[in-house]
Amino acid sequence: MRSRPLSPHLSVYRMSRYTLATSIFNRLTGVGLSVGLFVLVYWLMSVASGARAYERAQRVLALGIFKLLYAALLIALCYHLVAGIRHLIWDTGRALERSQSQRSAWLVVVVSIMLIAGLACWLLRSRVYGS
Amino acid sequence: MLAAALEGVRLMSGLRSPLGRVAGLGAGRSGVHHWWLQRLTSIALVPLSVWFVVSLLSLPALDHATVAAWMAQGWTAVLLIVLLLVACWHSQLGVRVVVEDYVHGPGTKLLTLVIVTFAHALIAFAGVFAVLKVAFGAAR
Repeated sequence: MRSRPLSPHLSVYRMSRYTLATSIFNRLTGVGLSVGLFVLVYWLMSVASGARAYERAQRVLALGIFKLLYAALLIALCYHLVAGIRHLIWDTGRALERSQSQRSAWLVVVVSIMLIAGLACWLLRSRVYGS
Repeated sequence: MLAAALEGVRLMSGLRSPLGRVAGLGAGRSGVHHWWLQRLTSIALVPLSVWFVVSLLSLPALDHATVAAWMAQGWTAVLLIVLLLVACWHSQLGVRVVVEDYVHGPGTKLLTLVIVTFAHALIAFAGVFAVLKVAFGAAR
């Protein structure tokens, strides 16, 4: 078969950095959140398996590397949520002009950083997650 | 006659056959199915994910009794199940596109897609099972 151009057609787009960055980061955070789903289900299964199994799982899930993962997942969720809403607005046919998309790219970054900061403040104050 | 027909085929723009075009076949009318489900699930996930994070982080403690009691509450259980199913579906649709874009070679691509689909189905059902088990008071 004649070889056809394969997606993603990276070479045919003239991508400015913000388009590239927002798009790639949306994918990255999405894939990261998929990994998070696996951890979530592992945790839920451990709850379902009773108190003893839960404590065993807690020991694994409380490891430093997992704490790092939870922080990364919260950041990923904030970004993916805001960037996803941007996509949903685009889907209605609005804000597709270049200047608007440039502005919304910055808005996505600012709003998700604000969300992350808000979450961090809340977490640091809570009795369970603080420290 | 035949030459004219071949010429017609050659001139046909795009990849659709004339028969497919008149019969309205094309992508089997499923062309926007993936796209539409991705949007539908993402709309649902906006409130669901916010609820989940707020609800989870509001727990007074993370010991088994507290978490199990939380999961067993009616609306928590229902929303958790909906969240798990919708999130797994959305995740499957998203990861599928990433695989289709970046994994090359038809064999490897197909194998990766099969694994991705199975893994998502597995965690979706495992998650739902776990919530139901706790909700019906069988997790001790």
